[in-house]
Amino acid sequence: MNFIELLLESFNTLTLNKVRTGLAILGIVIGIGSVIALVSLGQATQTSIQNQIQSLGANLLTINPGAQRTGNVRTATSNTTLTEADATAIATSPQITTIASVSPEFSSRAQVTAGGNNGNISIVGATPAYLTIHKITMDTGVFIQDSDVSSIARVAVIGPQAAATLFPDGSSPLGQQIRITGQTFTIVGVTVTKGGSGFGSQDNIIFVPLSAAQKVLFGADHLTSVAMEAKSSDVMTAAQNEVGYFLLARHKITDPTKADFTIMSQADILSAASSTTGTFTTLLSGVAAISLLVGGIGIMNIMLVTVTERTREIGLRKALGAKKKTIITQFLTESIILTFTGGIIGIALGIFTSYIISVVSSSLFIVSPSSILLAFVVSAGIGILFGWYPAQRASSLQPIEALRYE
Amino acid sequence: MSIKPKTIIQASHLSKIYHTSDLETIALNDVSFEIKEGEFVAIMGPSGSGKSTLMHIIGALDKPTSGTYILDGENVENLTDDELSDIRNRKIGFIFQAFNLLPRTTTMKNVMLPMAYAGVPLEQRLITAEKFLRLVGLGDRLSHTSNQLSGGQQQRVAIARSLVMNPAILLADEPTGNIASAQADEIMAIFQKLNDDGHTIVMITHEPDIAEHAKRIIHIKDGRIVEDSTKHQQRKIVSSPLLKGDAAQPRGILNK
Repeated sequence: MNFIELLLESFNTLTLNKVRTGLAILGIVIGIGSVIALVSLGQATQTSIQNQIQSLGANLLTINPGAQRTGNVRTATSNTTLTEADATAIATSPQITTIASVSPEFSSRAQVTAGGNNGNISIVGATPAYLTIHKITMDTGVFIQDSDVSSIARVAVIGPQAAATLFPDGSSPLGQQIRITGQTFTIVGVTVTKGGSGFGSQDNIIFVPLSAAQKVLFGADHLTSVAMEAKSSDVMTAAQNEVGYFLLARHKITDPTKADFTIMSQADILSAASSTTGTFTTLLSGVAAISLLVGGIGIMNIMLVTVTERTREIGLRKALGAKKKTIITQFLTESIILTFTGGIIGIALGIFTSYIISVVSSSLFIVSPSSILLAFVVSAGIGILFGWYPAQRASSLQPIEALRYE
Repeated sequence: MSIKPKTIIQASHLSKIYHTSDLETIALNDVSFEIKEGEFVAIMGPSGSGKSTLMHIIGALDKPTSGTYILDGENVENLTDDELSDIRNRKIGFIFQAFNLLPRTTTMKNVMLPMAYAGVPLEQRLITAEKFLRLVGLGDRLSHTSNQLSGGQQQRVAIARSLVMNPAILLADEPTGNIASAQADEIMAIFQKLNDDGHTIVMITHEPDIAEHAKRIIHIKDGRIVEDSTKHQQRKIVSSPLLKGDAAQPRGILNK
């Protein structure tokens, strides 16, 4: 009996009991489907976070006020330790050789209204350096100018998502007036979308001159962060150290472990985010793997029932000359057909599900070929693994015992 | 003395003992006989007499506890399960009481099954299967599935299936036990015809009127042969002392 015939015969046998075959396949479909869907969901999340972080700008170093590790004490004042003077010093000091440009920033969230529309939008007080360091591209109009900062001008540059919130009718925001915490600002520019979604969106944002944010809107004189661009990606670590020691000296702190600021590089943020989403992906894959295992046990169960139910048939086949190997192959082929069919349907279902998720959550749609390959291998493997025992049992039935079986 | 027909079955001192946890059952007790080519033998006996056990050993489905069994020149004693499968495939055509066709499978496929296991090419299988289905009068039922056929028709499919490998013997276990008497006569007529064509047939039965169709009847009781009688009419069968259970004949002659 050649392979094609065996395949046809197994296929025939499986179609004789459609409900049972369907149920057996269902377990594998759900298992493989959830592996594909969850892995691609994890990867989409990971990629979108990475994209978002990378879109913040290459060679980026960020100083945030606040201690890295100060034991159990974390004082409120530690958040105001970073000042514009620090930023200026870093930008102008001859000691600093690795930094190309410095962007002092003050960001907060505020209620913004325009006509009848309002939204809670991220407000960033910025200087012109922000544009280059964060790789912002202007769609229309201009960004914050040096003159705006020095004159505390009430002008604003708006991100596309914020624009959509405040001007839902699609009219051009340029020249329009908005009210941020009750203060009137005139829109002078609109940025190009940077993508990304969820928290920390680069598009749901309004830029105002740094001086206006500090003095007009939030009444503060400290900075919430200083972004710096290193001269190249090779000097990131050097820059981190250089600026770190410079600031420690400026803040008169001798013990580096008691620093009142943290300097994060792009790589730090990326690896932190990656490890978080990596854990997330692993967790999801684990859940999916369990359902795959349950599906495999389902297959084994069905195959064992089949062996018992077909005892007479197996006995007959052996009486007519079927060898052990023939019976094993027949039963293995059946279970592999089950898992393979389940695998293919599962892959289709998984891809469909991840597409639906990506549409609903407006996130990326990523299906990695490796997860499909893995699903294929795993489903065939499960067929062999969980089909082996029933097949073995079937093949070792003695023909007389089997023929007698009622 | 005319030319001796070939010996198909040579059984010497066959015993079969079943062991359960604390019980020893002797199913066959020192049984010896021989069956020659072209014979039509009925093995009769009440239930529990050991005739099923004997049938299993003749069919190479089971091995005797002691004694030797030579089937068509091959000693069945020390064979593995797979070798036994092969022997059954090539040398024995089984006909069961319960027909034992593959359920919901066409008659053609059922009949082709032993040839599939023997590795016969598909075209050859199709030709052979159709030929034998026509022989048993089912030429118009080639693509019917087994559950669309009557009992008698199913048994005829089983007979066709038993013939396709051109076996040394046809081994029928209560072939008419599950079918209506009118159809049973048809089945026996087919057996008669097959025997006339030269097929060796061994039939297990407990019905005397079915056994009457055979030329020779071996009666078994309590695991022993109690009577071995040959009908006088029809072809003359060479009667040798072996038929009475003497296994003293030299092997050289038995193995052709």
